Amino acid sequence: MQPKSDLPQGTLDLLILKVVALGPVHGYAIAQRLEQVSRHVVQVPQGSLYPALHRLENRGLLAADWKETETGREAKFYRLTGKGRAQLETEAASWERLTEAVALILKLSEGGVK
Amino acid sequence: MNWWQRLLRREKMEEQLEKEVRFHLEQHASELMAGGVEPREARRRARLTLGGAEKVKEECRDARGTRWLEDLWQDFRYALRMVRQQPGFSVVAILTLTLGVGASTVMFTVVNGVLLRPLPYPQPGKLVAVHGHSGTWNTKAFGEQNLAYPDFLDCVRESHSLLLAGSLFNGGTVSGSGDPEYVDLQEISSNLFSVLRVNLTQGRAFLPEEDRTGAAPVIILSYSFWQRHFAGRQEALGASVTLDGKLYTVVGITPAGFRVRDSEPDVMTPLGQDTAKFLQSRGPHPIGAVGRLAPGATLAEAQAELDLLGRHLAEQYKGTNANRSFVVEQLRPNVGDVGSTLWLLLGAVGLVLLIACTNVASLLLARAVSRERELAMRVALGAGRGRLVRQCLTESAVLGLSGGFLGVGLAAIGFKPFVALWPGSLPRVEEIQLDWRVLLFALTVALLSGFLFGLAPALRAPVRELEQVLRGGGRSVAGSSRRLHSSFVVSELALAVVLLVSAGMLGHTLLHLSSLDPGVNLRNVLVSRMALSPSTLANTDRIRAAWQDVLERARRVPGVQAVATVDTFPMRQGFNELGYWPTADVPPENKRPNALATSVSPEYLNVMGIPLRRGRFVTDQDRVGSEPVVVIDEVLSKQAFDGQDPIGKRLWMPDMDYGPFVVVGVVGHVRHWGLAGDDQAQVRAQFYYPFAQLPDKYLRRWSELMSIAVRTEVAPLSEVESLRRELRGAAGDQVLYGVHTMEQLADDSLALQRFLLLLFGIFAGLALVLACIGIYGVLAYLTGQRVPEIGIRIALGASPNGVMWMVLRQSLGMILAGVFIGTAAALAAARVMLRLVEGMQPTEPSAFGMTIPVLIVAALFASFLPARRASRVDPVIALRQE
Repeated sequence: MQPKSDLPQGTLDLLILKVVALGPVHGYAIAQRLEQVSRHVVQVPQGSLYPALHRLENRGLLAADWKETETGREAKFYRLTGKGRAQLETEAASWERLTEAVALILKLSEGGVK
Repeated sequence: MNWWQRLLRREKMEEQLEKEVRFHLEQHASELMAGGVEPREARRRARLTLGGAEKVKEECRDARGTRWLEDLWQDFRYALRMVRQQPGFSVVAILTLTLGVGASTVMFTVVNGVLLRPLPYPQPGKLVAVHGHSGTWNTKAFGEQNLAYPDFLDCVRESHSLLLAGSLFNGGTVSGSGDPEYVDLQEISSNLFSVLRVNLTQGRAFLPEEDRTGAAPVIILSYSFWQRHFAGRQEALGASVTLDGKLYTVVGITPAGFRVRDSEPDVMTPLGQDTAKFLQSRGPHPIGAVGRLAPGATLAEAQAELDLLGRHLAEQYKGTNANRSFVVEQLRPNVGDVGSTLWLLLGAVGLVLLIACTNVASLLLARAVSRERELAMRVALGAGRGRLVRQCLTESAVLGLSGGFLGVGLAAIGFKPFVALWPGSLPRVEEIQLDWRVLLFALTVALLSGFLFGLAPALRAPVRELEQVLRGGGRSVAGSSRRLHSSFVVSELALAVVLLVSAGMLGHTLLHLSSLDPGVNLRNVLVSRMALSPSTLANTDRIRAAWQDVLERARRVPGVQAVATVDTFPMRQGFNELGYWPTADVPPENKRPNALATSVSPEYLNVMGIPLRRGRFVTDQDRVGSEPVVVIDEVLSKQAFDGQDPIGKRLWMPDMDYGPFVVVGVVGHVRHWGLAGDDQAQVRAQFYYPFAQLPDKYLRRWSELMSIAVRTEVAPLSEVESLRRELRGAAGDQVLYGVHTMEQLADDSLALQRFLLLLFGIFAGLALVLACIGIYGVLAYLTGQRVPEIGIRIALGASPNGVMWMVLRQSLGMILAGVFIGTAAALAAARVMLRLVEGMQPTEPSAFGMTIPVLIVAALFASFLPARRASRVDPVIALRQE
């Protein structure tokens, strides 16, 4: 198994927003989803997941309701607000620009810029 | 949800947070269990993955915006719990702070009332005073110069940006029913009340047509005069009052406590009705002028207008107005030199407050060190460093605010006795009250001091290595803590030294000043102002006869040994400075030396007991027509004639416009400026001239200022009533007022120094007690921490005396450091006092020698108790603790 990478600064919020955008979901499921989707490459520190959720809720990017799960237990389900959706789009776009740029730089041949 | 909704639903949020985290853990565990993991192991793994439920919750709480408020509330409740849990500590801390804050608030209440509060008129910022200015007038010595009446009228006419009103301070005898009474009179412009924007309680202000010569005599009464003479009855309006033999109709009553230019007159009459000759001249400057800036006008505009006028007048009236200009200034209350005393006391009380803070800080620090384990535990459980610092500060703020709250209470009851204790009359005393400024001051002081004494322990709290603390069990004292403790004790002692030495210096000063020879024999001398019958003042022959009559009547009173008339008398009871020159070619005014001139009747020398050095004193033969004579004092003799025999020499005094005066005698110097002030006074030289030789033109003005001095064979105050009766005169309308004994006056001249000594004594005592409590507390704590170490020492053979000495040596080190630093600071403080306190003696070794041993002994005594306790440590018990 490859060593797990730490999450770059500030990307946790983006990932959470993306996961929540797929539909109302509770905290534990978010943690699961993040780990599965990243194929266990990205280490999501569970301890920082909840503070991040509360911070996003506080900023009005997420809203939360208490609902029953399939197993009949009550859990806090997060969903995206309109403001959250807008935020997700701008952040995703800027992330893509950044990664493209980084990829370009990494692809440079040793000889320098042609 | 808004932040306040979140705050209000705190408990629900807590519950939900708990539920959310629990759900996560259970979900994770059940999934693991489904994969075949044992339940207990599954729950453990779930917890580990999450990384500590409490820590996660704490971080979630941080993510809410209301965190600081919740924490504050929590810390506040926690602090209250701490206060309740340790009543002994809390009571000592809060009482110390109450004293510190209370004392400084009392002082600030007085400073605020006397020096800081604006004048009690509407829009005081728009009020100005207009002063006269001339190159030769010494403003520093005599205060601002007033205006000549014609100059004042020109100012009124020429200044368009100012509404100007004038007032003339005067006095008069009110007669009629009952005893005649001498009253303070202000002659005022008709618009004075509208300039100040003060409404009369009853009746009306003067009308403009009443403010000119020949108008019907009208009078406005002060509230207190109205109460005294008319018992506050409505019928006073329209009634008549006899002032100096003339009937006036009452038209108005002022509000209670109404003041014109720092004096509270009994009655007021229209200035324009006064026909006195000196008001027609531009020579004398008796008119005080206050003005209100017109809407939109500035001080600079008003000044420019009057500058122009000043230049015109200087050209037009060269004799009187050359070099004369007008100064427009913001109107400020005149409080004399009280300011320096008040600031000095506020400074001293500030030192006491600092000591109180240091004391509480060292107590708090001692507690903080013993709470180290508790704090370390909190860090282990997830508390951040900032959070702990905030909590410590909240605790000290709670202490500070409780102290502040009680301190304001103390000040509220304390400032009245303080004001009552003030020697003489405190200016603007009616303005001294608790207002928002005082409350703001107390709050700031309480919070600042809370911050000050809370900061050191708070910053210190989380620095030490967590693990080490938890393992050490909080028994060892780090070196840094010991140093911090010592520095507290050292600064407390140093501050106490400053106050003790200051008190010592004041004591020394007072002893020195009271041992001075006043130059007169103070025993059994009565002095009093005297107003002649108004009917005699019209005619100079009658004035001379009236004063002769006064002397003869007073001599007839049994128990009177000698009696004299005098215009000014020692201990600052008035002064008249005149320029003199020993040759006929007198230099211009500002180059002439000055001397204090006193006009006397022949027996004055005997009444005051002034020693005659050479020649003779004034006699009955010196009268109008005979050669003008003066008797000079030793200081003037030395100044003017420099060792030569002055008898028969002459003095020229241009201001007297008669003379020259031949010197007929030399007498001893009298401390005219009071025991404290005379040595530093600018004009000390004195001479006496016979009242009987005064030319007719001065006679009336001199008679209005005259006093009598009486030497008695019995206690002087017992003679007052018979003198009063006897001197009432044939018409029964002559009044004695302002009666004092010379002993009282001499005593009063040191009252301020005595008062300062009393207060500094109290402050120093307080500082000493606080410093001793501080050194005791710190040593008790430090030795308490060293019990195991001491146990080992004793077990290894140290003697009890050796242990005691070890502890005492530690305290002696702190004491000596404190004394050393304090001495340096006291030397600096002494320079300040030398400037601010009149008659202050320069620093004296004895001031240190008398006070510092007291401090050292007291501090050693305070450290003796913990030292003895240390020497009695039982090694077995001590080592078992380890």
